[in-house]
Amino acid sequence: MKEMRVLIVDDSSVMRKIVERALRQAGLDSLVVMEAGTGAEGIEVLRGQSVELILSDINMPTMDGLEFLRQIRAQELAIGVPVVMITTESSEEHVRQAILAGAQGYIRKPFTAEQVKERVLPLLAAA
Amino acid sequence: MTHSLRNNLNLVADPQNLDQSVDEVFNMMLGVACMPEAEVAVHEDETITSVVGFGGLLSGACVFRSGGLGALTIAARLTGMEFTEIDDTVKDAIGEICNMLAGAWKSKVPELSANCGLSIPAVITGRNYEIHVQAPEFRLHHAYRFEDALFDVTIICDGLQ
Repeated sequence: MKEMRVLIVDDSSVMRKIVERALRQAGLDSLVVMEAGTGAEGIEVLRGQSVELILSDINMPTMDGLEFLRQIRAQELAIGVPVVMITTESSEEHVRQAILAGAQGYIRKPFTAEQVKERVLPLLAAA
Repeated sequence: MTHSLRNNLNLVADPQNLDQSVDEVFNMMLGVACMPEAEVAVHEDETITSVVGFGGLLSGACVFRSGGLGALTIAARLTGMEFTEIDDTVKDAIGEICNMLAGAWKSKVPELSANCGLSIPAVITGRNYEIHVQAPEFRLHHAYRFEDALFDVTIICDGLQ
């Protein structure tokens, strides 16, 4: 299996670690995890690295997750790379906005490792 | 389309929504069950408080407060790490707990979920401080415990459309 790289974008370092742990619990031990604390940092990572999956928070200061997603699509970064939003915002309208911005999946906080696995594994398998 | 929550005040202010939100967040993220406490649980001098604001159809805040020892226990359970002091990671963890509680609470009422935004968490540490809101529309205040960790959660609504 080829080396898989995942970018986690969240202003909370604790949440980045929790998401990484959930990925490991899903059996993705060999995954290379990269982290960004802001949308701008995430864009910088994507300018220098290719990834197979992006997991991003929505509610972040300065640049929220939806704007981060619009920017990477507009700048043609991570073309074809699936993006899954991980957020406390779970209304149909928030999901609709995320899909319109180009997200392929949505995980509501709080979440279980099993829920992360269900959303992420099919996307990585197709990568 | 005009939305109003005032006609659904009983649903928005239902105390069970807060208990269910606490249960959901602590079960899913920490793997623990919380027991309700009859009285305000936090008696330590030094406390840590996180505040997440609500804006939109409902304005107000979700306030999570625990003693220092409780905060260390919660952060340890959430991250799988050990802590001996309230450092930036513990503050971050408590902020995230409050963020998830606020999100889980508002998701119990569909109109609230769709028309009420959340602020970024603010975290306060120290002694002898209080949060005042003049004439709130309603206030829910519940205390909980798991193991030795005591904490309380308050939903303050100071504006409702």
